[in-house]
Amino acid sequence: MTTTATTDGRYRFSQVARMEWTKLRSLRSTWWVLAVTVAGAIGIAVAVGVNTENAAADLTNNALAGISLGLLLVGVLGVLMMTGEYSSGMIRATLAAIPNRPLVLAAKAAVFGLVALAAGEAASFIAFFAGGAALPDGIPAPALGQPGVLRAVVLGGAGFCLVGLIGLGLGAIIRHTPAAIAVLVVGVYVVAQFVAVLTHALMPYLPIAIVANSLTVVRPTMTDDQVRFLSPWAGLGMLGLYAAVTLGVGAWLLVRRDA
Amino acid sequence: MIEVRGLSKRYGATVAVDGLSFDVRPGTVTGFLGPNGSGKSTTMRMILGLDRPDAGQARIGGSRYRELRWPLRQVGALLEARAFHPGRSGRAHLRALAASNGIPRSRVEEVLGLVGLADAAGRRAGRFSLGMGQRLGIAAALLGDPEVLLLDEPVNGLDPEGIRWVRDLLRSLAADGRTVLVSSHLIGEIARTADHVVVIGRGRLLADTSVAELSARWPSLEEAFFELTSGSAEYRGALDTKRRTS
Repeated sequence: MTTTATTDGRYRFSQVARMEWTKLRSLRSTWWVLAVTVAGAIGIAVAVGVNTENAAADLTNNALAGISLGLLLVGVLGVLMMTGEYSSGMIRATLAAIPNRPLVLAAKAAVFGLVALAAGEAASFIAFFAGGAALPDGIPAPALGQPGVLRAVVLGGAGFCLVGLIGLGLGAIIRHTPAAIAVLVVGVYVVAQFVAVLTHALMPYLPIAIVANSLTVVRPTMTDDQVRFLSPWAGLGMLGLYAAVTLGVGAWLLVRRDA
Repeated sequence: MIEVRGLSKRYGATVAVDGLSFDVRPGTVTGFLGPNGSGKSTTMRMILGLDRPDAGQARIGGSRYRELRWPLRQVGALLEARAFHPGRSGRAHLRALAASNGIPRSRVEEVLGLVGLADAAGRRAGRFSLGMGQRLGIAAALLGDPEVLLLDEPVNGLDPEGIRWVRDLLRSLAADGRTVLVSSHLIGEIARTADHVVVIGRGRLLADTSVAELSARWPSLEEAFFELTSGSAEYRGALDTKRRTS
């Protein structure tokens, strides 16, 4: 990416996005976390595939099981995109370079969102094919041309990206790495366990349930006491809404608080 | 030109900056002096739009900081704390900042050479010594070749050679006609570098005058400083301790 010198005009989204892209790619930890996440999703797909006994199961959903587990990592990465700036003091350099704070968060969300989407789709597609290839003899692998399969694979990657953006929003709201990660883990995982015990009616609205039971399914599914999970597209909308709300609150606080 | 007008900031019950007004003029090095906790850093953060004042405002070349079109090409700043990510190389840090303000990459190598970090720039900045971190911060401030520079304790952690280098750098920036505001707790250093001083205590203006005038009235800038800040009794004790131990 080259930058050309301009003397007139003023900074715009494209300059801010370039800054964020330079920042993101120059941290080795970003690539490690993404690589581990993709490798983990593929490994789980293979393990689930090898142990499959029921040909009538949603084999696509099974192959994408690792996507749900990788959500925590991409969420943490999203948190660190923001809290890493506060813990290091980099935030002051960033905001002195670009005083328009909502623009900074928007550029971060766009750059990180695209990287997370690319990683999520890569994980989702490779896991799908690897899981299919690992199925025992006699169980035919699902194909992308079958109804709902391509949608499930694509939305698996999209869910991965959206959870990353929820992490970014939480990072902007909370600013401290351990606290933000704790809220993410509690919100995405622990609450799911409680809700599963207490009331199944809320279950379909939990981020992890949306990714596991709405986005990555070929056929609609039910909770244990027959509450319907959200449809894939409704699930995508709900997860997008969570990301938009956390980022919106994060932007609002970013403008109001001292850096 | 930096214009500070009636700037006030309070953190809970603590008044950090209290109705502060002063100008920083181009072509001179203005020293910003005050005991620890007197509000220097807070004032600088407010000038840079990082902290929001409770009252008053600061303008740079007539504009609020947030209205600047290419902030890094208009104002260069070094803040007291390290403002870079430890996992990123010094070069990548500067490239990111350059990209944000449409500054060409060749300028990154230029400022790295200028501050003497050309060889170390590929290393993770977290492994930098305090002095190297300070040089990276100065490189970031110079990146956009700005007309206005704000430097908070720039010689912190530098060796005598580095201190002299900063002094010469600041003097040459002012000689170019730039506006330079530099804070330091090293009064002797300010006496050698600055033409003008703004002295504050407990967030209020105590003096806004030329170094020559202070030197004419007191035996030394240090004497002037202690006389001027003697009203800030609670800070005085801390300073005396500091003077004895350092």
